[in-house]
Amino acid sequence: MALSERTLRVVVYEGPGAIPVGAAERYAAVSALLERGFGVTRAGSERPVAPADASPMLVLGRWDGATPEPTGDPADGVLTRWATLDPATAGDAAERARAEMGAPVPGAWKPWFPVIDYDRCTNCMQCLSFCLFGVYGVDAERRIQVQNNDQCKTQCPACSRVCPEAAIMFPKYKSGPINGDAVSESDLGREKMKIDISALLGGDVYAMLRTRSERAQSRFSKERDSDKALAERQKCLAKLAALAGDIPPEVLMSLPSPEEIARKATEAAARAKAALAPETTATAN
Amino acid sequence: MSANGTGGAPAIVYCHCKYAQVLPVATKEAVLRALCDSGLPFEAVPDLCEASARRDDALKRLASAGPLKIAACYPRAVKWLFAAAGAPLDAATTEVVNLRTLSPEPAAGALLSTALEANLPAGKVTVADAPKAVVAPNPNES
Repeated sequence: MALSERTLRVVVYEGPGAIPVGAAERYAAVSALLERGFGVTRAGSERPVAPADASPMLVLGRWDGATPEPTGDPADGVLTRWATLDPATAGDAAERARAEMGAPVPGAWKPWFPVIDYDRCTNCMQCLSFCLFGVYGVDAERRIQVQNNDQCKTQCPACSRVCPEAAIMFPKYKSGPINGDAVSESDLGREKMKIDISALLGGDVYAMLRTRSERAQSRFSKERDSDKALAERQKCLAKLAALAGDIPPEVLMSLPSPEEIARKATEAAARAKAALAPETTATAN
Repeated sequence: MSANGTGGAPAIVYCHCKYAQVLPVATKEAVLRALCDSGLPFEAVPDLCEASARRDDALKRLASAGPLKIAACYPRAVKWLFAAAGAPLDAATTEVVNLRTLSPEPAAGALLSTALEANLPAGKVTVADAPKAVVAPNPNES
């Protein structure tokens, strides 16, 4: 995921040189812009707003005269475009300005990803060990961090359920404390909060998948029936889905092959172990 | 655009939570309408989560705006969304108005008020920190 992108900032201006609009039109324009994914500043003098920076800007107003000419130079990174404030066309004007100024297009990906509460996190690395999708990593100080948030599986809160401190939030999750609501002591011990898939299945989930795969391979080496292999895997994963509660079936169904799961799990565990190892050992490795 | 001449009143930030239906639509609409009706300056972001995921510089810009009132979701989530984007909020001068739990009128009232009640969590958040205001059930949540 690209970092530190400067998105287009749309400013609704009603100060000197512009004619104020009514509240209803203001609401319609701001709503339309937000629905198209644009951040909006309604400028004025009664309250502060965020300071200007190098982000490209589109200023919308009912100009008391001609619409101002574009300003700024691509070389200094500060570009400003001006257009007429009209709720019906504000979104299109912003799209044009964004394209002209080469600003990134947000919203291409549904923002579902873990957010770590470092007030609670103990750096135990359980999340790193658990996640098969490479979302977690460690920083230079070997502190757990979310490194590949766009690899997270939409609607899957599984890693937050293995966190012993309830330190992993998904702000768009339906209920607390995963959504960021306060954590109670009972949350930490509550069975509902925790998903121990291994325990639910009476053993290591990866081992279970491996065993099933081996059984299937043995049988299929005689039968050569790929449909049966697929059915076997789907049956196994459907059982997981039923037991795992709110982990979406499509997430479980998109898990890699049992062999790949075992390999990824081993790698993640090794990374977690390395991150937790004393500095000298980690360096030696 | 700066905090000059505003007498220390907090800047207002509104999150539209565009990419999910976790904020009650009626609350979002009522709060945004109240903001537009008030004629006050404000900042509106389509989705704080999305901006945080992209480490959008807009969050650094907002975090540097001085005292803030942020209409979004849970304070614990908002605190760490900004932190994850490299734009930590000042706990002493930030109030989060939780649109997931407040009904429209108290939410709009809290947002427009010049009084600031800093409420970002410090340390482990427990039930004692939970909001005590009127709870509005979210029809989008099961």
